[in-house]
Amino acid sequence: MRISELFARGEFVLTAEVGPPKGFNLDHLLHEAEEFLQDVHAINVTDCQSSVMRLSSLATCKALKDKGLNSIFQLTCRDRNRIALQSDLLSAAYFGIDNMLALTGDHTVMGDTKSAKPVFDLDSVSLLHCVKTLEGGFDLAGNELDGDAPKFAKGAVVSPCSDSVDVQLAKMERKIEAGAEYFQTQAVYDSEKFIKFMDRAKQYKVPVQIGVIIPKNAGMANFMNNNIAGVSIPAWVIEELKADKEKTKAGITGIEITARIIKECKDYCQGVHIMALGWEKHVPALLEQAGLK
Amino acid sequence: MLITQLKQIDEVKALAGAKTVIISCEGCKEVHFPAAEAKELYNDLKGSGTAQKVIRTEYVCSPENLAVQTKKHLPAIEAADTVLVFSCGVGVQSVSEMFDKKPVFAGCDTIPLPGYQGVTPLTVDCDQCGECYLNKTGGICPIALCSKSLVNGQCGGCKDGKCEVDKEMDCAWERIYRRLEKLELLENMKYPAQIRNFAPEA
Repeated sequence: MRISELFARGEFVLTAEVGPPKGFNLDHLLHEAEEFLQDVHAINVTDCQSSVMRLSSLATCKALKDKGLNSIFQLTCRDRNRIALQSDLLSAAYFGIDNMLALTGDHTVMGDTKSAKPVFDLDSVSLLHCVKTLEGGFDLAGNELDGDAPKFAKGAVVSPCSDSVDVQLAKMERKIEAGAEYFQTQAVYDSEKFIKFMDRAKQYKVPVQIGVIIPKNAGMANFMNNNIAGVSIPAWVIEELKADKEKTKAGITGIEITARIIKECKDYCQGVHIMALGWEKHVPALLEQAGLK
Repeated sequence: MLITQLKQIDEVKALAGAKTVIISCEGCKEVHFPAAEAKELYNDLKGSGTAQKVIRTEYVCSPENLAVQTKKHLPAIEAADTVLVFSCGVGVQSVSEMFDKKPVFAGCDTIPLPGYQGVTPLTVDCDQCGECYLNKTGGICPIALCSKSLVNGQCGGCKDGKCEVDKEMDCAWERIYRRLEKLELLENMKYPAQIRNFAPEA
């Protein structure tokens, strides 16, 4: 089901993210999704995340659907031109997948296949425009589609804790103009920054889900701070992760930190998006501690 | 070789402010410049009172040369509210760098032709995309200066104003935003979703 309908009903929308494997065995992913992600409204499937070649988002969305799970088809502009993107959107519609999330995508040099051609024929804004065009019964070349037009809940991303938050907000506005109906954010660790961001973003009246990543250890936190654009982790988070290594290793500290951030921010947004990065097993405990279950 | 082609006349006229200075770059052997059509347009803009001055010059792509060529016209440029540049994309960017407190707009699109590209060492680049974006982007080219050649704004990969691909490289969209902010022209960025045309010229 389209998550835009949940937002319209005023529900606080929960989503979690899974990353397909580098291979074609989905048993583990599907098992974890069925075991740990039953309480979220939809499961995002990444599209060759970090420019690392993997099984496709579309095939994984279909496999989740076959298990009765609602999915969000993430689509980047890195690897496909407008012909392939439109074709994949129609394929998604054929499979009954009706949530999508438009991303520009990391550059190819960020991943494991640096020699690949970066495509970027479209970008997040023009991809949203493209989906809207298909929904109107036409393709980007202006040719009419056969039969019914597809219909998606159209999502996009924004970085509330970016050091370029003005520029990000300008882009957010362009995405809304192009058709974005909901937003998921880059990981937030600084509630104050997020709340300030929402104070500016609320004028657009488009639902925003706060993005969270359960921090696994201080090393990971430092790495994200130094290398991941749009992520800024305050010192207190790193100190807490360092304090009791066993507790941190067991995921307890990370869950506590993340639950606290969600609690501080949830009144300012319309949902939570959990990027578990392999820690799907901790999602139920996180939802419980954050008071969302 | 490259061809500079005038943008639609109405589009150029809409860019001209009440006090416009035109810089017309006419000397380059490697460029086919639409001299006759340009002259007609300059006369039109002068006739309507919007163009205060037409500076006919050459090689504005070179900042050193541009400084020499525009020296005696500085008071006129200072007094203008708009600078319209008729040159290849490199020329427009050099002018917008030099007069970064002025709205600088391009009157031409730049289209590639195979062959000799000239030997002038330059600090800016033009990909000769044929649909010049500089008027929307404060004279900073997102095609040549963004790693992904994005035309609809900044991606999520900008950290501390630098590009995800190269920490030494400025994010073009960060620069575009800051330039437009300084010029109080942020509204220019609110154009409809752009999709580039990759069809070879007929």
